[in-house]
Amino acid sequence: MEVEKTKIISVLVENKPGVLHSVANLFRRRNFNIESITVGPTEQKDLARMTITVNEDEKTIDQVIKQLAKLIDVIKVEELEHGNFVMRELALIKVSVPSPKERSDIINCVEVFRGRVIDVSTDSLTVEITGTPDKIDAFLNLMKTSGVIELARTGITALARGAKSIRIDE
Amino acid sequence: MTKMSGAQALLESLERQNVDVIFGILGGAILPVYDALWGNKKIRHILSRHEQGAAHAAEGYARASGRVGVCMATSGPGATNLVTGIANAYMDSSPIIALTGQVPTVGVNSSYMIGRDAFQEADIIGITTPITKYNYQPRTVAEIPIVVNTAFYIATTGRPGPVLIDLPKNVQVETAEVEFTNKIDARGYKPVIEPDLAKISEAAKLLAKAEKPIILAGGGVIISNASDELMQMSDLLMAPVATTLMGKGSFPECHPLSVGGIGMHGNPAANKLMGEADVLLAVGTRFSDRATANLDTFCPDAKKIHIDIDAAEIGKNIEVDVPIVGDAKTSLKILHAALTNKLHKNEGSAWTKRVKEAKDQLSPLLKEMPKDLLPKALLTELRKLLPENTIVTTEVGQNQMWSALYFKALKPRTFISSGGLGTMGFGFPAALGAKVACPDRPVVDIAGDGSFIMTEQELACSVTENIPVTVIVLNNSVLGMVAQWQRMLYKRRYMAVNLGKTPDFVKLAEAYGAQGFRARSIEEFQKAVKTALKSKVTTVIDVPIGSEEDVVPFVPPGCGLPQQRGDY
Repeated sequence: MEVEKTKIISVLVENKPGVLHSVANLFRRRNFNIESITVGPTEQKDLARMTITVNEDEKTIDQVIKQLAKLIDVIKVEELEHGNFVMRELALIKVSVPSPKERSDIINCVEVFRGRVIDVSTDSLTVEITGTPDKIDAFLNLMKTSGVIELARTGITALARGAKSIRIDE
Repeated sequence: MTKMSGAQALLESLERQNVDVIFGILGGAILPVYDALWGNKKIRHILSRHEQGAAHAAEGYARASGRVGVCMATSGPGATNLVTGIANAYMDSSPIIALTGQVPTVGVNSSYMIGRDAFQEADIIGITTPITKYNYQPRTVAEIPIVVNTAFYIATTGRPGPVLIDLPKNVQVETAEVEFTNKIDARGYKPVIEPDLAKISEAAKLLAKAEKPIILAGGGVIISNASDELMQMSDLLMAPVATTLMGKGSFPECHPLSVGGIGMHGNPAANKLMGEADVLLAVGTRFSDRATANLDTFCPDAKKIHIDIDAAEIGKNIEVDVPIVGDAKTSLKILHAALTNKLHKNEGSAWTKRVKEAKDQLSPLLKEMPKDLLPKALLTELRKLLPENTIVTTEVGQNQMWSALYFKALKPRTFISSGGLGTMGFGFPAALGAKVACPDRPVVDIAGDGSFIMTEQELACSVTENIPVTVIVLNNSVLGMVAQWQRMLYKRRYMAVNLGKTPDFVKLAEAYGAQGFRARSIEEFQKAVKTALKSKVTTVIDVPIGSEEDVVPFVPPGCGLPQQRGDY
């Protein structure tokens, strides 16, 4: 994923059933493409935050935001300003370990990337890596030679930097 | 707080919203609500003969009156039959409430339960999410009043639209202490009414300098009851007013500055002038493809001002110079105030002369009455026969486009047509709904034989429920509009458009207990319409017309408005 082109939209929604369906359905129906979407509760119990990454041009992003804002269950929607937000993605990577030599190579790599080994078996390691998507891409690239058995990525979650916040109006 | 069932709480909530009529068909999963309706004196139930008819009738009611139309159906097929009508209301921004029964969320018999593929279960919430403004499935009796309040609030405010309430059967039956309040619960929903004054002033500057201004009025003008403000604006600017199909009636089509509808089958004068204008003031329109045709040649030289209550419509289809998000009526008023003193009326300007010239040369008006029974002659004649306050609905296809071209709408809410979805079968049930809303005014459905057959069963409803309307069937025994496309664009390869032996519409009307006439000449047509207007029973007037009659002019798909072709 090319991070520069990707736009991140932070959406504050009602935390109730059906909301994810209407948001996802909106993207499908309007022919917008979702790169990734993460959803979880916020500091307020009845609200959830969706972080949606989209790879579209300015005009389409404008429509995405306006159409999202139109949904009744969407409280607030904002595009995170370029360079002015922090973002992270988490990946769990199961790597095959044919020999003890490779095992220590992989563990060294994991340390360089500030990841953690969270499960070990005789012929595999499961690694947790957190960071920007390109950091995770770089780590995955290194693991190619050993062989990735399974991969799970969460997609990007993000917040605006500093005191700026996307919250419900007081 | 009063203890009552969910069904009673629903009806009480509807009464508090001044609902006086529900169009619907019952079934197992909505029976508790129908049982609660027994003996109800405030709400009239009208038994439609197909749920699609109920939904269109609710929309006809809403569009004729400006009030909310309500339709109701059972779970499963009842609910899915409403879908076309709900989609139609969504596309045309009509405020309707659809009530559907649903299988229970809990039950004695755990196989008759939501999520178990129970008998007549359909996921109507999932199905209607993209075609409703919002939808609800209340899970407790106590929340019903707030759900109903909020549903009506959402349906009627901002850009109106359909809201569906899906009622699990156990929620209809269970009892609870219910509190009725005016509370609504939609904190994420804040329709913008007041326009941004900075944008208004930008618009005023553009309009003040305009030499060839034109106004394009869409359905939003009718919805926001802004016809007076539109008239004042046109008067101030001396600007011609073109309309979209949905905006037809927002400006009297007999007015010297009315140039008719734009679009694929638009009035040539309107289409031509759109291309010549230097400033376009578009109000309450979403620039649909049928209205604009190819965008490259749509109003190419004009600075564009776009007023719409739905922010998402701004910049969706065309780029504009001055976007104004706000209610049409409020925005026009404020814009008018900003313009007064900046302008002085200039009735003899070159532009007003040009408008008159374009209308004289290009408008598809009948100079003399032809001998043959041509649609344009019929519809020109029909205008003379119908009182000004008559509500006209149309079906979809050639009948609709001929009506748009030749039948002049003089007042808002008197021309009701399926604009966005283009639903054949809309006109007749919509006419019934309009008649229920406005029982003292004549209601006429201009139909084609293909469309009328799609919802003709509502004749039973119309006769039984005593809702007399007039249906004029322009009968060419062919699916005319698609046949026209095959004629013009597919080398006359007529595939699946011939309707063969269409029913005898006179006998069909009589079979339902309505009256039927056949008109083979203008004189017979005049006589039939006059009789129908005086009748207390629904009248079907069958008018045989030629099967190769085209709607012209025509902007072929992909072409721009200036590339209109065809003699008319």
